[in-house]
Amino acid sequence: MLLLLGLHGIAALVAPVVMRWAGRRGFWILALVPGSALVWAIANASSIAHGRIPTSHLAWVPDVGLVVDLRVDTLSWLMVMLVGGVGAAVLVYSSVYFKSGASGLGRFAATLVAFAGSMLGLVTSDNLLLLYVFWELTTVTSYLLIGHYADRKTSRRAAMQAIIVTTAGGLAMLVGIVLLGSAADSYRLSQVLADPPSGAAATTAVVLLLVGAVTKSALVPFHFWLPAAMAAPTPVSAYLHAAAMVKAGVYLVARFAPVYSHLTVWQVTVLGIGGATLLVGGYRALRQYDLKLVLAFGTVSQLGLLVMLVGHGTREAALAGVALLGAHAMFKSALFLSVGVVDAATGTRDLRRLHRVGRALPGTALAAGLAAASMAGVPPFAGYVAKEAAIEALRHDATWSGRVVLVAVLVGSVLTVAYGLRFWWGAFGAKRVLPGQTPATDVGPAAAAEHPRADVTHRPSALLVGPALVLATLGLVTGLAPTLGDHLLSPYAAGLPGEGAHLVLWAGPVGALITAAVLAGGAWLFRQRTPVERWQGHRPWPLDVDLVYRRSMRRLDGLAADVTGATQRGSLPLYLGTVLVVMVVGAGWALATGTALPGLDAIRWWDSPGQAIAGALAVVAAILAARSRRRLKAVVLAGISGFGVALLFLLHGAPDLGLTQVLVETITLVVFVLVLRRLPPYFSVRPLAASRWVRMAVGLAVGLTVGVLALVMPLARTASPVSVAFPAEAYEFGGGKNVVNVTLVDIRAWDTMGEISVLLVAATGVASLIFLRRRSGDLDRSGAVRERTVWRVDADAMAPLRASARARWEASVRAGGPARIHSEWLSGAGSLHPQRRSVIMEIATRLLFHTMVVVAIYLLFSGHNAPGGGFVAGLVVGIALAVRYLAGGRYELGDAAPVHPGLLLGSGLFLSAGVGLLALLFGQQVLESTIVQVDLPVLGHVKLVTSLFFDIGVFGVVVGLVLDLLRSLGAEIDRHVDAELDDRSGGDQEAPTDAAGAR
Amino acid sequence: MNAPSLALVVVVVALVAVGVYLLLERSLTRVIIGLVLTGNGVNLLLLVAGGKAGGPPLTGQTPPEDMSDPLPQAMVLTAIVITLGMTAFLLAMAYRSWQLTGHDEVQDDLEDRRVARRAALDRAAYEDVDAGTEPESLDEAAAEVHDETGDVGGRS
Repeated sequence: MLLLLGLHGIAALVAPVVMRWAGRRGFWILALVPGSALVWAIANASSIAHGRIPTSHLAWVPDVGLVVDLRVDTLSWLMVMLVGGVGAAVLVYSSVYFKSGASGLGRFAATLVAFAGSMLGLVTSDNLLLLYVFWELTTVTSYLLIGHYADRKTSRRAAMQAIIVTTAGGLAMLVGIVLLGSAADSYRLSQVLADPPSGAAATTAVVLLLVGAVTKSALVPFHFWLPAAMAAPTPVSAYLHAAAMVKAGVYLVARFAPVYSHLTVWQVTVLGIGGATLLVGGYRALRQYDLKLVLAFGTVSQLGLLVMLVGHGTREAALAGVALLGAHAMFKSALFLSVGVVDAATGTRDLRRLHRVGRALPGTALAAGLAAASMAGVPPFAGYVAKEAAIEALRHDATWSGRVVLVAVLVGSVLTVAYGLRFWWGAFGAKRVLPGQTPATDVGPAAAAEHPRADVTHRPSALLVGPALVLATLGLVTGLAPTLGDHLLSPYAAGLPGEGAHLVLWAGPVGALITAAVLAGGAWLFRQRTPVERWQGHRPWPLDVDLVYRRSMRRLDGLAADVTGATQRGSLPLYLGTVLVVMVVGAGWALATGTALPGLDAIRWWDSPGQAIAGALAVVAAILAARSRRRLKAVVLAGISGFGVALLFLLHGAPDLGLTQVLVETITLVVFVLVLRRLPPYFSVRPLAASRWVRMAVGLAVGLTVGVLALVMPLARTASPVSVAFPAEAYEFGGGKNVVNVTLVDIRAWDTMGEISVLLVAATGVASLIFLRRRSGDLDRSGAVRERTVWRVDADAMAPLRASARARWEASVRAGGPARIHSEWLSGAGSLHPQRRSVIMEIATRLLFHTMVVVAIYLLFSGHNAPGGGFVAGLVVGIALAVRYLAGGRYELGDAAPVHPGLLLGSGLFLSAGVGLLALLFGQQVLESTIVQVDLPVLGHVKLVTSLFFDIGVFGVVVGLVLDLLRSLGAEIDRHVDAELDDRSGGDQEAPTDAAGAR
Repeated sequence: MNAPSLALVVVVVALVAVGVYLLLERSLTRVIIGLVLTGNGVNLLLLVAGGKAGGPPLTGQTPPEDMSDPLPQAMVLTAIVITLGMTAFLLAMAYRSWQLTGHDEVQDDLEDRRVARRAALDRAAYEDVDAGTEPESLDEAAAEVHDETGDVGGRS
């Protein structure tokens, strides 16, 4: 069975390929898949009938009780027969039904096979959760198949309606499943049924399960989606919406009837809804003009009958019900397939336009006739045997509910006979008076134009008629051999209370009389079809559920818009404020109720007086930054506040933090300045004074909450900190003396790994915001530059001075002096506009750059034992690069780091991750360190820890980040500025001063 | 004896309060400064939560019992660097906003405003052609739908 399911899954995946490769013939190959399920079912028929129930088991997520348990008892076996048999027939039919170039055939075939697989899983699943999964899979595939012609509004609408109605029921069912599963303490279907839980929870669960069944099987009041679903291609209607999917609800009712049918709520729901559906469907089928709609309402009606029979709760009714289940699948799909033939041959399904089609299509007419006879319950067809058994069962039920059900079944049967006849006559018969019109207008030309007669223009191939004929004939054969059905199906009914039940052809004289009366009544009703249609036409259906559905959907949209409008105001400060206020209230509540402030004696003023001074610096600078109206001033003050915090870190005994903080504040300052040069120097004036007070209040509230948190938290510790053991562990396993660094690269290396990934993302984000199109363009190298235009100024006050100096220099060159004084090391600075060059900066850079890089390398390698490490080293190199950029412009930056930042970032992360994974190869855990000690000639005793390479990766990422920032926010924005200036000056109008003779 | 030093708590309160005040601004530059200040304040809070000050957590230099707690330090260290990345990203956004609109103010979300406006007019958030409520008879709908049926055989 697992094999069968897997086969369906694979077939669904490869179906588009098969269809592209084999065209319409691909359907034949795919038909083998459900066909194999049919063969399996036939092969196992005898053993299942004798009670040897095949099961299979596959642990899927055993920890949460999700296992693939399959079990095929008699009921499941019947469903497998239907799903496999009709599925194969429909796929063969599809191979000739669609034209060879029809759109989306690959998708159609894949979805259809996927549906067959889902349905197979649904009916064989022995786990309630698994059953739900398959249940929803059939809903989704049904949605896709109804909406096959997605370009048609009708199809889209019908698909949407079907999925909303059935998923709503499915969700209710899921709640029911969970309730039932927890009440029974098992999700295994056979266990739940063997020992059914009772009580209020179980009753609620059963009602919720029934909601799922009612929506899925299109019972009143959710029946409206099924006629609309006729927008699906006809093979889909024949398979999903007649034989298979809509039977899922019936299957569910049949599954639970043996244990829950005694509940009053069950009886009322199942019998009430089933009866109403039976009558409503039959009544409305009498007035439809579209043949598929006649059948659709007929299906609705029959589903009501089926639910009533299988849910009745007696052995006889149940046997009749499952027999009808099989009979219905055969005759209804045969009928739909015949409609498809008529549709394909004539181009219409409107019974007002079809006349004497039976003569041109005798085979189809025969198939439809056999099927309709089975549906109407004409002896000796399968439908008759089932219905006869049902009437016999109900006749002997003396309760009042039994009487009501009997009457409903009899009336429903009369209606069934009538619409069955009307269908066959409508599709194939000869018409003198076209229905829906009075005889007087019939002869008029207008009426003829409105419903022009359609003739058979194509003769169907045998493959098109064959499936319907086979299915219809099977309805006759199984009817003729009732003992076979009795033998195969009675094991299911044996689970129910009641007398011995049998399927027979002759059930005694009373049964025969009743059958005759029903047939006669139906025939009479058919003769009266014109008055009936007119009568129905004058009395529109009082409650249009479809309209109710649409209106409620509209209301739901409106409600959603209201809720969105009320909560999503679109203002960032408002959202942030809400988040923060919730934090204040939530944390404040917990603090106020659950904690106590430390006593005054426990509080120290400071750890050292320096703390107060550094703290005052940080606070005052922050407040001034908030008051500043000038951007640059605010940023510089914020930076000073950050340096104050760095001092606090140092005083707290965290040299690594102090170092990092200082470096980061520096780089932040540089980056800020790079961006701020493009923004207006002052913040815009915001006159909303009131909102300022609100902001202050929120700020103060959050600050005070955090302050109380800071006071309470250190005292709230109950266990000894995990970090107590860190120093020893760091030295023993991590091989380092700097506990913070070992924590980063070893003990909590996963955190660091995540963090450097975030840095990579941030850097990529910055680059993509600035570069917009591509970041991997050519690097700016000073060799390519000819002009001194970087950071040019509008008015150069020093130009005359430089011009005279230049003239002197040129004169000396002409006189034989040196043409070039020396080759500069900071050659990129030559690209700067002369006024932007700073001798002090250039000299300082020359002095500092290499020193900084050497220091960084030292920090990187010593970081394991002394303050430092990858982060700090990377930041130092970053600052060194920033200095080069500031001294020499973007070409200098290109010279300093002739590598794409993306490469650095990527290889850094790769190195870190790779080192971590490498440990796996040596049988260690990911990111575990190894200590290697060697004695080298020059360096002496070297203790190498593999996490050093992790740290080098971190270093690479940090350098890449800073380089990316400089390239994006520095060099690229420079280029934007240049492009703007070029645009403004018109390019040639005023060449930049001193541009021509830079060298 | 584990209670924090009041000086640090005051700094935390001040930095967070000022930071939040700036966060609620509309100018993106101020938001970023607020973020940096709040970040510093919260980093200090983490450090405070780790216990009182001590010697640098370097084995051999400080006896383990005198060390400051290394775990919050490792967390804060990563937080500092992440703040750098975040600041840079927001700055890039500020620049982009300046490029596109000429200022760096955070505007109200236009789509949200539109939805709110439509809700006030009692209309759905969007027009859905498939979701009309006008009745459509099943027959009419059925007549529209026709499968792409094939060449089922020769012409008769």
